[in-house]
Amino acid sequence: MKKFWSSPWGLVSAGLFVGVFAALLQKWGNPGNMGICVACFERDIAGALGLHRAAVVQYLRPEIMGFVFGALIAAYAFREFKPRVGSAPIVRFVLGFFAMVGALVFLGCPWRALLRLAGGDLNAVVGLVGLAAGIGVGVVFMRMGYSLGRSYKTYTAVGWILPVMMMVLLALAIFQPKFTENGPIFLSAEGPGSMYAPLAISLAVGTGIGFLAQRTRLCTMGAFRDLMLIRDPHLFWGIVAIAGAALLTNLALGQFNLGFVGQPVAHDNHLWNFAGMMLAGLAFALAGGCPGRQLFMAGEGDGDAGVFVIGMIVGAGFSHNFGMASSPAGPGPWGPVAVIVGLGVCVAIGLTMRQRMD
Amino acid sequence: MSDQVVDARGLSCPQPVILSRQALQKLESGGVVEVLVDTATSRDNVRRAAENMGCQVEITQEGEEFRLTITK
Repeated sequence: MKKFWSSPWGLVSAGLFVGVFAALLQKWGNPGNMGICVACFERDIAGALGLHRAAVVQYLRPEIMGFVFGALIAAYAFREFKPRVGSAPIVRFVLGFFAMVGALVFLGCPWRALLRLAGGDLNAVVGLVGLAAGIGVGVVFMRMGYSLGRSYKTYTAVGWILPVMMMVLLALAIFQPKFTENGPIFLSAEGPGSMYAPLAISLAVGTGIGFLAQRTRLCTMGAFRDLMLIRDPHLFWGIVAIAGAALLTNLALGQFNLGFVGQPVAHDNHLWNFAGMMLAGLAFALAGGCPGRQLFMAGEGDGDAGVFVIGMIVGAGFSHNFGMASSPAGPGPWGPVAVIVGLGVCVAIGLTMRQRMD
Repeated sequence: MSDQVVDARGLSCPQPVILSRQALQKLESGGVVEVLVDTATSRDNVRRAAENMGCQVEITQEGEEFRLTITK
């Protein structure tokens, strides 16, 4: 059985599960072509907590918490829970921050790009090309010796910090308490934040995905990276399965609309769809995982991945507060500048953090 | 006796694979590289990379760490 998880069939099975249930989550209430989007959902969580005040995107998304819980359960079940920290966490915070900035310019994380593609949104092609370009730049840095250094085993409690944070968020999601009169916990009355599948279903699907993804090491960034770096398609089968399964499910559910214009929670500014995802891809590559993978690693006890997750949530708060996030009308007023700044920061990280390759 | 030991403990992907491949590329046929990793993910990734390069891999577990003995 263990061989199954690490085989291409394991990846394909995980991808099929993600693709089918992402399309179903949309049917059950999540926003258009957004059955699962790690970036959008962490942005919605930031909104619910009041880290930004964009009223249309505020909801404590249980899928995100489920990802961590599922990975935690799988890690303990198969004795892979390894609390570890110490690999340049502040850099990972910055990478998470700019990964979110880039993703919110495109309006999606890599999984959402696949789901948008499977929903007929051709702007996702532009985004995926940008993603691959960003990962490609990351691969160049890797070949030049880029490394954030090793992490070290630490106390078990340290590895539990991010999972416990997610448990707190889940409790807040269930009870929706109001802490101050005009303050959090916020919940959108309209817009994407008001569109959600039933909480228990979101949580269950998220937990299932977290379990499967931890076992199979599913990672969208890694899929592209390994093709480019070592010509290994192992992870790529997983994302082909995601897109294929979502496409078939969308067709069956009448959720497929082909085109560039008028796509749900999307814009068709090709330049900034490309550039936003290029920034996101480069940041994911430098951090060693796509945003889903960072959540699964956090569930395994990886405190550095946990810091990346926090960086993404903070980045979402900044993105909306500073006019960096896009809307269906197009990029925000400071989105393009933020992408250029972010690319500069990531290139600087890639160039200055290299070990001598013997 | 190995020609080289690659200590990839604590390194996250893709570094263990990158370092292992570099070491293997410098080896002559019949040479041996030992790679130390401390996660199952790294163990599986390095094994797969080595096998894709046509090498033979033996794995022993030492506590929470894994030692991959790779013969070209």
